[in-house]
Parts: sequence; C-alpha cells; structure tokens
Amino acid sequence: MADNFADDKPLKPHDMGGQPAGPVLPDFDGEPVFKQAWHGRALALTLAAGALGKWNLDASRNARERLPAKDYQRFSYYEKWLAGLANLLVQHQLVSRDELASGRADKNSPVIEARPLPATKVVAVLKKGGPTRRPVVSSPRFSTGDRVQTRDPQNVARQPHGHTRLPHYASKKTGHILACYGAHILPDSHAHFMGEAPEYLYNVRFLARDLFADAEKPDDEICLDLFESYLEPVT
Amino acid sequence: MPHEQHDDDPHSLLPPDPQLQVKALETILSEKGLIERDAVDAIIDVYQNQIGPQIGAEIVARAWLEPAFKARLLEDAEAVLAEMEFAGRQGEHVVVVENTEQIHNIVVCTLCSCYPWPLLGIPPSWYKSDAYRSRAVRTPRAVLAEFGLTLPKTTNIRVWDSTAEIRYLVLPQRPGETAGLDLQALKNWVTRDSMIGTGLPQPPQKQKNAQTSLPLPGA
Repeated sequence: MADNFADDKPLKPHDMGGQPAGPVLPDFDGEPVFKQAWHGRALALTLAAGALGKWNLDASRNARERLPAKDYQRFSYYEKWLAGLANLLVQHQLVSRDELASGRADKNSPVIEARPLPATKVVAVLKKGGPTRRPVVSSPRFSTGDRVQTRDPQNVARQPHGHTRLPHYASKKTGHILACYGAHILPDSHAHFMGEAPEYLYNVRFLARDLFADAEKPDDEICLDLFESYLEPVT
Repeated sequence: MPHEQHDDDPHSLLPPDPQLQVKALETILSEKGLIERDAVDAIIDVYQNQIGPQIGAEIVARAWLEPAFKARLLEDAEAVLAEMEFAGRQGEHVVVVENTEQIHNIVVCTLCSCYPWPLLGIPPSWYKSDAYRSRAVRTPRAVLAEFGLTLPKTTNIRVWDSTAEIRYLVLPQRPGETAGLDLQALKNWVTRDSMIGTGLPQPPQKQKNAQTSLPLPGA
C-alpha cells in the first residue's frame, strides 16, 4: 500500500519535528534559569541589539536556522543565539568582520546612527513585546471545521530555502481547521525584510495517524498554527 | 547563492569559547554605543528574578477557584492577561488549553523553542533540546513516560506545536486533594511542567524546587 509518509529528511536541521532522537532529560530538581552566567548575557545581548530595530524577530530566528548544518547541530541553544547575532550584526553593517575577529570596536569605523536601549526602558519594552496581529480587509478563506491540506514547505517559502513556519513533518497532510486567530505578520515574508504581508492564521488539528505511520495512538491529535497560504481546501 | 552560508560565516570569526564570544560581542557593541551594559543587566534581572512559572501558577490557581475567571481565560486569555498586566514579549498572543479526562494537552515548538515567557519564564533545557523538539509530536506518550507520566488509554493527547506567535499555556486538572485550599496554597501545587503538559500538579512537599511558590513581581 502506498502511503504519503515522508521518510525523507527535512532540508534544514532546525526542522526536526518527528525525527528520531534520544531520551528527554527532565530537570526534576529544577535548574537555574541561566545555567551559566554567559547564557543570560547571550540572551540579553540579543534582545538589546534587537531593540535597535535593524531586524525583526523572524529575521533573528532565520539567522539561527540558516547557520551551517554542522554548526546548528553541534551548538548549544545560546551558542546558536550568539552565532545568529554575530551574523546579523555584520549583515546589517553594525559590526565589521575585523571587529568580530579582534573583539574590539574599530575606532576609525563610521559612526552609526542608533539609539541603544536604555536600562530605564527595559521593563516597559519587554512588557510591550511585539504583537503580530494586524488588521486586514479580506475575509478568512477557511472556517472552523473545514478540511484542509498543507502545501510543501519548499513551495510556501518566499525564496529558495527561505524561512517558513510550516514544518516538514506536516507537509502535504490533511487536517481540520480548529480556530482562526485573525491575521498575523507572515514570517516567511518578514524574515526576509519583504514586508509584514499579514495573513489569516489558523489552528489546524491533525490526527496522529495522518501525520505518522507509527503513531502511538492513532486518534491522538497534533495542532499546528498555520498561515492561510500554507493551506489548500480539500473537497 | 546569497541565502546559503558557509565556513566564512561572520560568527566563525569569534573565539570558540562562548564565554569569550559574549565578552567580545558585548565589548564591541558597548564601545560602538549600540548597547548599554546597564540595559543588558536589566534584561537578565527580569528573566532571572522577576518572571517565571509563579506567574502561570497564579493564573492556574485562580482559574481553579473562580469559574467565571476560568471561562474568560479559556475564551480570551489575551484580554485577561492584558488586564492582569501579565502580557509581554513572547506572550503577546496567549491561548490557554484545558486538560480534561478526555484530553491531555502538551506544548512544544519543533522549529525553535517558542514558549510563553511572561507566564513561565525562560524555558528549561529539556524544552529546548533536540530530543523534546523532535519526539514530542511523534511519540508524546514515550516522552511523557520519561517524565514519569502515564496517561490512561482513554485519554487522548493533543500536542500543540507553537509554529506561529500564539503561545500556549496548559490549564491542568485540579487534583481532588486540593479541596478547600486558598489561592496561595493552590499555587504551590501548580508545577511548571504541569503548565507545559509534561507533568501534573503535585503536593508542595513532593516538589524539590518549587519554582511556582515564588512571590510575584512587585508583591
């Protein structure tokens, strides 16, 4: 019997849902929020540099997931953040390659017009966050209960190997619309500085047996948040 | 191809030791006037000392006590959290999902490690691990067993893969043994993992490191 369960590997290592992996190691005794002092600084530096407004959260995620596969796989969580940050800083000409190599600012580098995030505004900026819902004039294409099929992530991304939030394991699978969350910034566009391009965002429920041939319990469910352009109607 | 990066990635110019990478980046950015070190310290303080699972526990305990609050929370958590001033970065759009006898909810982010920061703080290592991100959608029952949790066959699992900017908080079932407890006492039963779906509420004396009993910010 032919089935449509993809045995092929996802194209990028971050897209790891459904891939084989070892045991999960819970922290039954709890663990410090930042296990090493540099973890907290890596996170805070990323947020403080992000507050300069030169890139957005989708671009920041994209910078991490497009790290060379060998780096993505061997780096710890915060090492990925640091590498993504370093690449963004150079890409946006805030820091030069020579500066990264020397670990010091080049005194002769051109002055950058930028307003650093002041300590006094940190709490307010973090409280405000970055809401992604946007008003749109169109009506949603799908209604709760509609059957939909996902497209191939490679075909929804806005450029070859570009950023998308449609995972490989849910490629070309059939599910039902559980909810519509209004229109939100489309990461596939925003990550590449091609505009917010807001689209309706849906929660789509899949049965485990429709995603995985070896589902533990066929009627367990997996719910994904998927943008309208990721979906086709099923009649 | 401009979208592909190779060994000449700028990050490879940094020293291999991540502690030295942090030091280099902080020095460069600070010398160039792109960051203020006080702001870096303030961000760390927020996530280390101010927000954490005690906030989610407050919400869960109140939902257990007040049916009207629970109904509104399940209907429109975003509005409720905004009123309570619990919204924030990585928790701008929150949906609360309720565990019942029929449905047990689990939250994961297979593509990165999205997590409701303003309600639970920074995610634990296991939540960010390749193992959890890979397996939670395909073998959730095996993953729960690694947390010591076995569900009845009659309970279906619903895994929420946080693939967009909606953040999910699990509302665990209130244990029968908590009848008559007040808000503070109930809060102490709510574990972080019970709000991710990889655990159940536990009596406080069974929790070695009860992160949810911490005071709320400003309290």
